[in-house]
Amino acid sequence: MYASDLSGEGMLHGATRRSPLAHARIRRVDVSAALAMPGVAAVMVAADLPGKNRFGLNFADQPVLAEDIVRYAGEPIAIVAAESPQLARDAVVRILVDLEPLEGVFDMQRAMAPDAPRLHEFGNVLRHVHLLHGDPAGAPVDVWVEGYYETAMQDHAALGPEAGLAVPAEDGGVDLHVTTQWLHVDREQITRCLGLPETKVRIHLAGVGGAFGSREDIHMQVHACVLALRTGRPVKFSYGREESFLGHVHRHPSRIWISHGATEDGRLVTVKARLLFDGGAYASSSPAVLGNAVTFAAGPYEVPNVQVEGTVVYTNNPPCGAMRGFGAPQVCFAHEAQMDKLARALAMDPIGLRLRNALSRDSVLPTGQVLRGSAPVREVIQQLLALPLPEPESAKGRSPLRYPGGTGNVTRGEGMRRGTGIAVGYKNIAFSEGFDDGATARVTLSVTPAGLEAEIHTAAVEMGQGLYTLLAQVVRTELEVDSVVMHPADTLVGTAGSTSASRQSMMAGGAVQMACASVRAEILKRAANRYGRRAGDTELDLSGGWVRAAATPIIEVAQLLDEPVSCEAVYHHRPTQHFDENGQGDVHVAFAFAAERAVVEVDEELGLVRVVQVAASIDVGKVLNPIGLTGQIEGGTAQGLGLAVMEQVQLKDGVILNPSFTDYLIPTILDVPPVVTTVVEDPEPGSPYGVKGIGESSTVVSTAAVVAALRDATGRDLNRAPVLPDDLIGLRPPAEGGLPPPVPVVPGQEAVPYYFSEGSGQQNLM
Amino acid sequence: MKITCWVNGTQRVAEDVALTESLLHLLRHHLGLRGTKNACEQGECGSCAVYLDGALVCSCLVLAGQAEGRAVTTVEGLGDSGHPDRVQQAFVEAGAVQCGFCTPGLVMASHDLLQRVPVPDDDQIREALAGNLCRCTGYQKIIEAVHLAARR
Repeated sequence: MYASDLSGEGMLHGATRRSPLAHARIRRVDVSAALAMPGVAAVMVAADLPGKNRFGLNFADQPVLAEDIVRYAGEPIAIVAAESPQLARDAVVRILVDLEPLEGVFDMQRAMAPDAPRLHEFGNVLRHVHLLHGDPAGAPVDVWVEGYYETAMQDHAALGPEAGLAVPAEDGGVDLHVTTQWLHVDREQITRCLGLPETKVRIHLAGVGGAFGSREDIHMQVHACVLALRTGRPVKFSYGREESFLGHVHRHPSRIWISHGATEDGRLVTVKARLLFDGGAYASSSPAVLGNAVTFAAGPYEVPNVQVEGTVVYTNNPPCGAMRGFGAPQVCFAHEAQMDKLARALAMDPIGLRLRNALSRDSVLPTGQVLRGSAPVREVIQQLLALPLPEPESAKGRSPLRYPGGTGNVTRGEGMRRGTGIAVGYKNIAFSEGFDDGATARVTLSVTPAGLEAEIHTAAVEMGQGLYTLLAQVVRTELEVDSVVMHPADTLVGTAGSTSASRQSMMAGGAVQMACASVRAEILKRAANRYGRRAGDTELDLSGGWVRAAATPIIEVAQLLDEPVSCEAVYHHRPTQHFDENGQGDVHVAFAFAAERAVVEVDEELGLVRVVQVAASIDVGKVLNPIGLTGQIEGGTAQGLGLAVMEQVQLKDGVILNPSFTDYLIPTILDVPPVVTTVVEDPEPGSPYGVKGIGESSTVVSTAAVVAALRDATGRDLNRAPVLPDDLIGLRPPAEGGLPPPVPVVPGQEAVPYYFSEGSGQQNLM
Repeated sequence: MKITCWVNGTQRVAEDVALTESLLHLLRHHLGLRGTKNACEQGECGSCAVYLDGALVCSCLVLAGQAEGRAVTTVEGLGDSGHPDRVQQAFVEAGAVQCGFCTPGLVMASHDLLQRVPVPDDDQIREALAGNLCRCTGYQKIIEAVHLAARR
């Protein structure tokens, strides 16, 4: 049952009045006309909220309902509960909102200017990270290449829009059924906004309908809860597509100035990068996204001298936050273009250049972190090269589907050029910079009339990636039980951390594996107790549904389960560190590497593209579920392909111009080519079964690979993603970076609000 | 208004349907058939695809009133988890379902294709499913699922 399918007895329908302006002072909100409509049960504005009017993942800086200032177009100002969805929408229109427009900041470089309007009291710099490693100013370099790169704002476009149902409870609390990625961090933020203790707010996972990072932040959760508590009736919100664009964060647009210095024989000596990310109006997880981008800016290569200055700023654009890849796709787009440029400058094979500089175990990263885990970068690249290239096709006489432009039927193969590009990249697994994002799971083994049954209870979120299948596999492997059922995910069990950062295979998988070990130990203890065994007796073991001593069956497990065995475990990854004053530190847990090769055809007259094939070589640690694995790689590749050639949230004065599937294009089945996949299995030490998450690494590299292929096909200096037809036929010149913005003065390496205000969300869940 | 139509072989009556409501709303909100999904409401994503008198339509683009006296088949009408249609079963087996939100529409469109073209090739599958958006799978396993269903 997806969140949008929920219903409750006596249910009201919610709707949201949002700001049409990106920056404005609220002069007056008059809800009387809306409230007077028959069938309208409640209308609420900021003054009606029962608790704290702020939420946020990294910092509580975002209002539940704007009270005096709106900072982005689409920001909620008032909410309505009414007897039908149509009535609720009609009532929203009847709310009178008087706004005084304020000068807005829509350009991330403008946001850093001293005279720019300030979004928050402390200014517009949300976080600046300074990373200095080695001697980037002094180390001798033979060849320099410089580049400037831009990536656009991307939308997750999960097919299931945001939705949820809040049901008031007899204890004065509320049960919220909702689409989310992290039940407990939702509860943390919701309880404060409701002014209720945690015991009175219970969150239940509803069918998610895709997420990709968009469901990490609060959307309608608090709105539904306050209206349910106000009216004493269940309240459902179910966003349409346009509101979904307004109701969740986006991928950060980026500007990247970057220089690579190398020796004549192709050894990387120095990388200097200036990163600028647009965080939009509120913090969301932008500080963590920036931290990631800074650490990965030099790519999966050994670079002894690195300087990165990374800034994420507030603007009056829609808030940006988590999206698949979390800061890594933007820098991968830049560093991989640079590697190709450097190879040309050195007259070297671009793959040879990458192999020569590839990270491996015991390499030192730009953060000074020594890569102790698995790092099969060379293997990943070499296996990529072994994948078959697509068959050559004649330019004439094809099915129209196989020309650039496809069913548009606009070409017969004239002016068509084929190109090939590759990209290599990496992504951290689990949370970094000192977060201890543990995961809890409970496994219960019992006997049913049908035999042994194991139940898994975890708050880890299944959103389509196949986690529950994988957790059931873990239980079947560890306990040899065929029947495994999932208890619904809720907050009645401890936090599992976020379903993001490619972390749940390792984290929830680890917790389930540990819980199974405890269940097993308890069964053996029961067997030992029943037979009065003592130390020194043959050790008992469990296999095939029997407890055995030296392979001899002693007792059936089922006979020991008069009382079910139920064990809970919490898995923690190894601790990580914060950045020091030079951006040095053991900040990441583990890494997943990936390389992709794209083959494209470009119609040089019309600027149309056909991606012919993507080959993917992915470092996975250990394959647990082959179908789930390739599904993640293929889907992740398609999302990166979208950013390469079509996806862009278009803004004018902070207003989204294309909040629909008519105007915001995502790849269709005609746009995504066959993806041929190979995997490298090099187990990650300390991770259950050696597994690494594979949710993000293909997305990190595919945008860069596709654009590299477009450069190869056209010979053009394409430095902006997405690449649009005008770029391919030369109507739009490459983006000019000009001078990078000056490095801002900040109190330290943490996000600026950390030094000024109270933390919230993840910080408190450690 | 009152609407009477045949849904999955059964006569259904819905009272108090507004003139402006779509067939999608009729199915989901008046008749409680929530298998048909609303993901864009502009006919771009195909998640709401149903048969109307045997023709595949985006139910979000059809007014509820247009269904009066006609036969509608939704994804629930193809089969259920106990007795899945070959297309539904193939989607599960091929891993063509991730978040599942687009799946009902893709199952309907694939079912429609296989009625017209019993053994489609890749290009025919791509063309037939070009009106359905999926954000999770990258479509490869959906193509495999249609081939699998065609073999059964």
